[in-house]
Amino acid sequence: MENLSILTHLDYTLMIVAIGAALLGSVSGALGTYAVLRRQSLLGDAISHAALPGIAIAFLLTGSKTPLILVFGAAIAGWLGTLLILSVVRLTRIKYDSALGIVLSTFFGFGLVLHTLIQRTGNANQAGLDTFLFGQAATILKSDVLTIGILGGIASIIMFVFWKELKLLVFDESFAASIGFPIRVLDILLTSLLVIAIVLGLQAVGAVLMSAMLVAPAVAARQWTDKLSVMMFLAACFGVLAGVGGTIISSSVSRIPTGPTIVLCATAVVGFSILFAPNRGLLWGWFRQQRNKRSLTLSGYDGSSYAQPQDD
Amino acid sequence: MIQDHLDIQLIAIVTAVACALPGVFLVLRRMTLMSDAISHAILPGIVLAFFFTESLSSPLLILAAAGTGVLTVVVVELLQRTKLVKEDAAIGLTFPALFSIGVILISRFAGNVHLDMDAVLLGELAYAPLNRLNIFGYDLGPVSLYVMGTILLLNLAFILLLYKELKLVTFDVSLAAALGFAPTLIHYGLMTLVSVTTVGAFDAVGSILVVALIAGPPTTAYLITNRLSLMLTLSAIIGGVNAVSGYWLAYLFDVSIAGAIATMTLLVFGLVFLVVPNRGLIAIARRRARQKWEFAQTMLVIHLFNHEGLPEAEAESALAHLHEHLSWDPTFTRQVVKYALNNRCVSEKETQLTLTESGRAVARQVLVQ
Repeated sequence: MENLSILTHLDYTLMIVAIGAALLGSVSGALGTYAVLRRQSLLGDAISHAALPGIAIAFLLTGSKTPLILVFGAAIAGWLGTLLILSVVRLTRIKYDSALGIVLSTFFGFGLVLHTLIQRTGNANQAGLDTFLFGQAATILKSDVLTIGILGGIASIIMFVFWKELKLLVFDESFAASIGFPIRVLDILLTSLLVIAIVLGLQAVGAVLMSAMLVAPAVAARQWTDKLSVMMFLAACFGVLAGVGGTIISSSVSRIPTGPTIVLCATAVVGFSILFAPNRGLLWGWFRQQRNKRSLTLSGYDGSSYAQPQDD
Repeated sequence: MIQDHLDIQLIAIVTAVACALPGVFLVLRRMTLMSDAISHAILPGIVLAFFFTESLSSPLLILAAAGTGVLTVVVVELLQRTKLVKEDAAIGLTFPALFSIGVILISRFAGNVHLDMDAVLLGELAYAPLNRLNIFGYDLGPVSLYVMGTILLLNLAFILLLYKELKLVTFDVSLAAALGFAPTLIHYGLMTLVSVTTVGAFDAVGSILVVALIAGPPTTAYLITNRLSLMLTLSAIIGGVNAVSGYWLAYLFDVSIAGAIATMTLLVFGLVFLVVPNRGLIAIARRRARQKWEFAQTMLVIHLFNHEGLPEAEAESALAHLHEHLSWDPTFTRQVVKYALNNRCVSEKETQLTLTESGRAVARQVLVQ
């Protein structure tokens, strides 16, 4: 009887973690669609690293470890980092990749400095750096799931309200500007949504692996469709799949951390999609090539009708 | 104690310069984030090699990790070549997957090895002088100084020997290919070098801050100069300055040395971004302000020129009514007139404004007469 109660308790924890991971997967999958289509896949990596000083400052100022406060600090720092990247690219000849690299690494370094300051004060209530780097999906509580649900829900609603505008921004920025859409406002709006998804995901998979949560579901979804709405729906589904799958695998095998397992699940979905997706997939392309070869042979082409270049 | 100060700063400078040199080519070739990818993706290589060698500074470990780095580059390029994944997404897919494998390996076999995750990711420069090279009982200095020194010499030799080739491949790949220089070979040579440098440096500064050393100084130097040779020199100097100032910042506040070096990298970049002539924020702001007045002055001069010598000239050039004709704000109009007077484009005669010879020349030039 005692065993049974432990079992249901374990299942309950697992269920909470799985729901949290699923919610995160769907939000980051959907928003990642925009990032991948705008060729800003690595912005997520930069934002998640740039969030560290925000977390440290939020902790230094309030002394609290409440997730909502830390998430708020992370969001502000991530947002500032993105703004710096965008303005460096706009005002100088420095390219996007260099701007990302310098902001990502130096913000993180500054966060590390603040973190060592916190450690030195000997406060027992430290903001865990390991948690930030790798996430601790296993510690997701019911209240965290609620936070993820509410903030993710708000982000999704904003995304649907501005569906038309964001779609135009992604596919034809100059046209959007020419018919009078406020490009810079929309750009900042989209980036802010991305920041929300990222800081929510930090707790589960951590800064280092967050970029995969944005990129992988969207890249996988891209292989199956050419429609934005379908792609976003599929990306969200793949995100859920990776989140739940990773949680279950890591809980059934001993000493396998959840975050990396989720990432590997998402990568497996990408691998499968690239190989087997109809039309775009590699296997499909190979079959098409074989069929073309055969039909060329049937129509009498034996490969000799091209004049081969001769040495003379 | 003084010896430790010197040792750490020496290691920091050598590491920073060794990272900055190949970084220049990464920044110019828009491949900065490849260093981010490599520095994360070498983790499984480090872990696997560590299982065999049980030491973080063994040459075998550096080779294995560098191999993983090159493998990352190959995987990213293969993904791109399928045309199904863009470059940025290919990078964003590859390194988290490899890094995840590394993390899982560490936690699966954590009981058997003593590999400190923080040491790999964040490094600890302060401990670097403790591991010393002893030959026949003589203390020859810290091991990492020799490791990074060798890597620095390797980078220097590569860049000096293949300077012309690297320059051509960086600025015009097609021409390089047409002339028979092998761009792919040079590309992989550079990537191998970046991998080796990253592995060597992660011991000192960790895998995330390596990116600050590789991307920071070249990006800063890129704001200052147009010449490749000067950019290389400046990057090395800026890298050294960041390293030394970061070290003293860390000493002063008793914080992470690597973190402080990264912070100094950001500060130095910000400072240069602010004040550098022509491309800095201040220069941009001043140029925009000057252009605003220049434009207004040109408008004024053209207005006067159009009505010069005609019956309505007196009404059109009256100081009190000028703003009505140009539909400007009265205060703005006064400022523009003052600007034009200072530039001797116009002269004031009682209530009238008349063009000077140079003002007429300006108007003629703009109107192409």
